Amino acid sequence: MTGLFSEVFLGALLFGAVTAAIPLLLAGLGEQMSEKAGVLNIGIEGMMICGAYCGFVGAFYSGSLWFGFLTGALGGMAVALVMALLCVRLGLNQIVIGIALTLGLEGLTALLHHFQFSRSYPRLPAADATVIPVLSEIPVLGPALFQHHLLVYIAVALVVVMSIIYRRTQLGLNLQAAGDKPAALDVAGVDVVRTRTVAVLTTGGMAGLGGAYLANVGAGLFIPFITNGAGFLGIVLAMLARGRPVWVLFGALLFGICLSLTTAMQVAGINIPTDVIQMLPFLAVMIMLVLFGRRASLPAALGIPYERGAR
Amino acid sequence: MSVEATGPADATTVDATPAPAGGGFVHRLLMAVGPILAALVLAGAILLAVGVDPLAYYGTVLQRGLLSPLGIQQTLTRMAPLLFVAAGLIVAFRAGMWNLGGDGQFLLGAVTSAASAPLLVEVLPGWMALPIAFVLATAVAMIWSLVPALLRAYQGVNEIITTLMMTFLGTSLANVLVKLVFLDPSTTVPQTRTLPVEDRLPRLFDTTITSGLVFGLVAIIAVHLMMTRTAFGLKLRIVGANPRAAIHAGLGVPKLTVAVFALSAGLVGLGGAVDILGVQGNVRADWNPAYGLAVIPAVFLARMNGFAAIGFVFLLSVLSIGGESAARRVGVPNTFTLVLVAIVLVMLALAEYFDHRHNQSRKV
Repeated sequence: MTGLFSEVFLGALLFGAVTAAIPLLLAGLGEQMSEKAGVLNIGIEGMMICGAYCGFVGAFYSGSLWFGFLTGALGGMAVALVMALLCVRLGLNQIVIGIALTLGLEGLTALLHHFQFSRSYPRLPAADATVIPVLSEIPVLGPALFQHHLLVYIAVALVVVMSIIYRRTQLGLNLQAAGDKPAALDVAGVDVVRTRTVAVLTTGGMAGLGGAYLANVGAGLFIPFITNGAGFLGIVLAMLARGRPVWVLFGALLFGICLSLTTAMQVAGINIPTDVIQMLPFLAVMIMLVLFGRRASLPAALGIPYERGAR
Repeated sequence: MSVEATGPADATTVDATPAPAGGGFVHRLLMAVGPILAALVLAGAILLAVGVDPLAYYGTVLQRGLLSPLGIQQTLTRMAPLLFVAAGLIVAFRAGMWNLGGDGQFLLGAVTSAASAPLLVEVLPGWMALPIAFVLATAVAMIWSLVPALLRAYQGVNEIITTLMMTFLGTSLANVLVKLVFLDPSTTVPQTRTLPVEDRLPRLFDTTITSGLVFGLVAIIAVHLMMTRTAFGLKLRIVGANPRAAIHAGLGVPKLTVAVFALSAGLVGLGGAVDILGVQGNVRADWNPAYGLAVIPAVFLARMNGFAAIGFVFLLSVLSIGGESAARRVGVPNTFTLVLVAIVLVMLALAEYFDHRHNQSRKV
């Protein structure tokens, strides 16, 4: 137990926590936008895994991590486009299509990976870190929090961007209305379908980006089923955050710390099954819900397709 | 109000029109077969793109999943747990509760039965031991659903979050139990004690089909009849269709909510027990077949109708058993089954949409 609380260990733990939290943050922020607009996006896991695969392939063949992020985001958006067409435009059941997309993309990416790389798992070179001057010199915290890939800071900045969008812009109001009372938005002359489509596509892009980060920076490789429920965690985060982006960040960090603790314990050779630690964040959230369970403030029209003139 | 308003709306409209207007049997058959054919063509295009002969693949799937004697027996055996999961989901969805925690309940039921049955058969005759193991598995799964049920019933906490979280917790807990508590000391592989083959659920006649299939069929038909033909089922459907109206009608909505969760989780947990006591014999660490997720769309497409769900579960089993064989013989990874199932789901949903539109435009 000597090494457990050393600075090195703590630093590695925090660093890992941030790395693990970023995909969850991006997925959670994305899901939040969909849910605000009234689309329960269960397909986000599929968008993430597609982003992870496309992102990895893009980065692998181009040699550029940023190109990989671009292809990852586009991959996520491609899945989101299907979701938008089927669930927003045609109004098919969001849970059925969401689960179908998740299952299908998990299978498809594993299949493509199999035919492309057979059983080899090529690695990407380690990502370049952007060192933030001054802040990164703080002992322990500095190297852990301020020596990450540039995308990490962008993801955290997105929390602020999202807050501003929701609070200060017309788009934010439209999104909120599309989720709470789509008919009112329609009467006001704003296209509900288009607003929701924008939200779902944004979700896809962010989930794809999160998946690409997970594969390219977090793991450095793609393995089938690599997202392993990260998208579902994103759904949980978005619902717990009650529409506030900053709570997604806190939640993502909490889950990130627990995920990082799992690996850190293994490295430190402590003999607890990783499953025990994996339970911690969920246990914490469940206890919070039991103690402070209030009525969830989800958008009124969440999950209900909008059809003009329908009662 | 929250999400629960969607499913019930579907359920009620479906209930009002049990048979689609016009067309009759041929029409319904066309509605089921057409989308599946379309899905096979689309999925075949994917196979062609990766350089596999789709006809050879489908031939193998059909041969090994449906036509060969061994294959059909495996398929029917696979149906047993899936039918229980489907029955559990039908109860919840018809009552407007999104029980997305099937996998956790399934695994905990499985682990409970795997832990208790080998010990029980040592002291009790088989006809007593297995039912006790079933009861224990059901009880554990029910208890596991209690937290989301109470939170939903008395605090109004959305059950999608809570059941999803409980399923993550449940899969981890099942693993912890297998690795730490119910570990079989006689093997190095982390798994529970193995139930001897002769103590498992009997097989049907001279086949390898588990008798769990019969239990599964009974369970899903019983659930269907309960939901459609009894006063209790009617109450649950009212809660699902309009919780507020249900309160005004004097129904004890919180108690019914808890009952729905208990029934749903209990059935799913039974599914886990049937899989262990009939087929697997033990639970290996990190075993998670994720049936819950696969069955949800099938139940929806069956419009929460028990009889239709049997058909979809059969289709799902053929694809998964056939796909497993095809993975070995044609060299297409097992994961292709997921792609195929997903495309079938999307196609069926699309077909339903266009059929609905067509019917409406005719009415106008």
